[in-house]
Amino acid sequence: MSARGPVLPIDRPPEQPARRLGHFHPRLLTGAEHDLCPGCGEPLAIRLLLEVIDELGCAERAIGVIGIGCYTAFTPTMDVDLVQALHGRAPSVATGAKRMRPDALLFTLQGDGDMVNEGLQEVIHTAARGEAVTCVLLNNGVFGETGGHMTATTAPGQRTKNTLDGRDTAYHGHPIRIADLLAPLGGTVYAARGSVHDAANVVKTKAMLRRALETQLEGRGFSFVEILTMCPTGWFVPTAEGPGYLDRVLRPVHATGELRNGERCVTSETLLAEARARDEG
Amino acid sequence: MTRALLEGSEAIARAALAAGCRFFAGYPMTPFTELLEHLAALLPEHGGVCINAESELEAIGMAWGAAATGARAATGSTGQGLALMQESLSEITRAELPLVVFHMARGQYDYHQATRGGGHGDYRHVVLAPIDVGEAVALTQLAFHTADRWRHPVHLYGDFLLAHTWESVEVAPLDLGALPAKDWAVDGSLGGSGRSRNLNPIGMRKGVKGIDPESFWKRLQAKHDAIAAAEPRFEAEGCADADLVVVAFGSLARFARGAVRELRAAGARVGLFRPVTLWPFPSQALAAAAAGARRVAVLEQNAGQMIDDVRLAVLGAVPVVPIGGISSDEAGFGLGDLYAPDEVRGRVESALEKSALEETP
Repeated sequence: MSARGPVLPIDRPPEQPARRLGHFHPRLLTGAEHDLCPGCGEPLAIRLLLEVIDELGCAERAIGVIGIGCYTAFTPTMDVDLVQALHGRAPSVATGAKRMRPDALLFTLQGDGDMVNEGLQEVIHTAARGEAVTCVLLNNGVFGETGGHMTATTAPGQRTKNTLDGRDTAYHGHPIRIADLLAPLGGTVYAARGSVHDAANVVKTKAMLRRALETQLEGRGFSFVEILTMCPTGWFVPTAEGPGYLDRVLRPVHATGELRNGERCVTSETLLAEARARDEG
Repeated sequence: MTRALLEGSEAIARAALAAGCRFFAGYPMTPFTELLEHLAALLPEHGGVCINAESELEAIGMAWGAAATGARAATGSTGQGLALMQESLSEITRAELPLVVFHMARGQYDYHQATRGGGHGDYRHVVLAPIDVGEAVALTQLAFHTADRWRHPVHLYGDFLLAHTWESVEVAPLDLGALPAKDWAVDGSLGGSGRSRNLNPIGMRKGVKGIDPESFWKRLQAKHDAIAAAEPRFEAEGCADADLVVVAFGSLARFARGAVRELRAAGARVGLFRPVTLWPFPSQALAAAAAGARRVAVLEQNAGQMIDDVRLAVLGAVPVVPIGGISSDEAGFGLGDLYAPDEVRGRVESALEKSALEETP
């Protein structure tokens, strides 16, 4: 639960029945059923990506390459051409597709286990090559699909099924801040880390996705957006506490903001210091 | 196009171009390296792309992505590099993507790897094994055609000798017949139409929650059965009245063929059976070729791999004996004392003498 408490009371029936206020269904998101948990942040992140693709007028030239994770089960709802890749291998598959179809808008979707554990070298090489693709990381700090196990981005102290006493950096090692690895590489033009734990960050993240895809459309090089997503199931917290947990546990490690935009390049430490200064100011 | 004296690697590279290959990715490793060098030079000149992949894992991934767009794509390596690629090779099969894999092996030790694969699940790849550079030029083009026909990976099994032998060959495009349109390939054009594509190796479909592995795998297996029925290729000579049928493939079959022809000319009742496809193995043709023989001798440069398929083909009707074995140069590149006409002839003669002692089947 966030510090401000839930927006709607969840411990009793609503005082008035739900009303449909408008149609909020993005064109590229079909109404198909999926298997993701209540409170999961991944559908929200994918929705933003599909909205931006449509708003940029790229619905009929987009090709997505999908990794293996919970989000894979969401892909039947995505009405864009897709290639399902293996765990960890989406960036090289996207590379081959982009080289043969330079006019297509190529994006990848991977989780933290997929990109930062299994396929770490793939995304680094793709960025260094300056490949004109946009890699999107959905980072929730756990292997959600297996039931909440430690990944390479799990925060220090974070409790997972195989770090029951919390991630002890002396024993389990330190998390990798993947956006920090990618941002300074020669081929990287845009790298940012957003979050979908509250409305303000949803808006900021959508703007990041737009800048990343525009970078690709302009043919400038590699673009990357990491999106922190809620996983209450894998974090073993009540559904409504997902956003607050993300803000409290993941964000202090994986700071949100733009790490690379053209020539400007900063680290997560800089973003954290800026956030502290804003809070104090 | 006129004949030219070309090294095997360059001839294969030019045959790939003649077949319309537009994408290649690879990681250097002898004897695959030379093919990568030639394609790195040739493909950009012909409107294609060759990427020096950072590892075999990336090479196979890039080829996967290129194939998904409908482009004729290829990759390859030698056995060690191909071992790294197996997970993707298996998955690409289930995504039903056409892909050509140049399996430039260090000798014949990777027969099982090529014909069984090291990846997960039920799958086989078509494996073509040319006997010389001239046949490699034709089979390279057939590989791209067969891959497109079945939407299935096809390997060309070569070796150090094939890669480095210079032969006079003509590399001209072959007309292998019409193929179905690649309406399955992703180009992004169907986004928002409700009919967008999903090239999916786990059987997921747009608009449908979950997967149905059993029906998906059974459909793929039916395709394997159709390939196994349609694609076996072989060469047989002198088998009709042979007491001894020698079975050999690839470069070593060239030595076996020489020995068999010499012994035939001297009056010996010996024949040669050469699988051109290692999968599907030409089992029925071999069973027929060996039906009248006293003995089948398998000449392969390994501890005994193809002999499994030979025994399955003849099903105990004829004794099957190995006359090859482990043989290597000092670098382990796949040459050895076995690759010598006198050595091979001696082994065939010895098998002939022993076959004379067998009872007539």
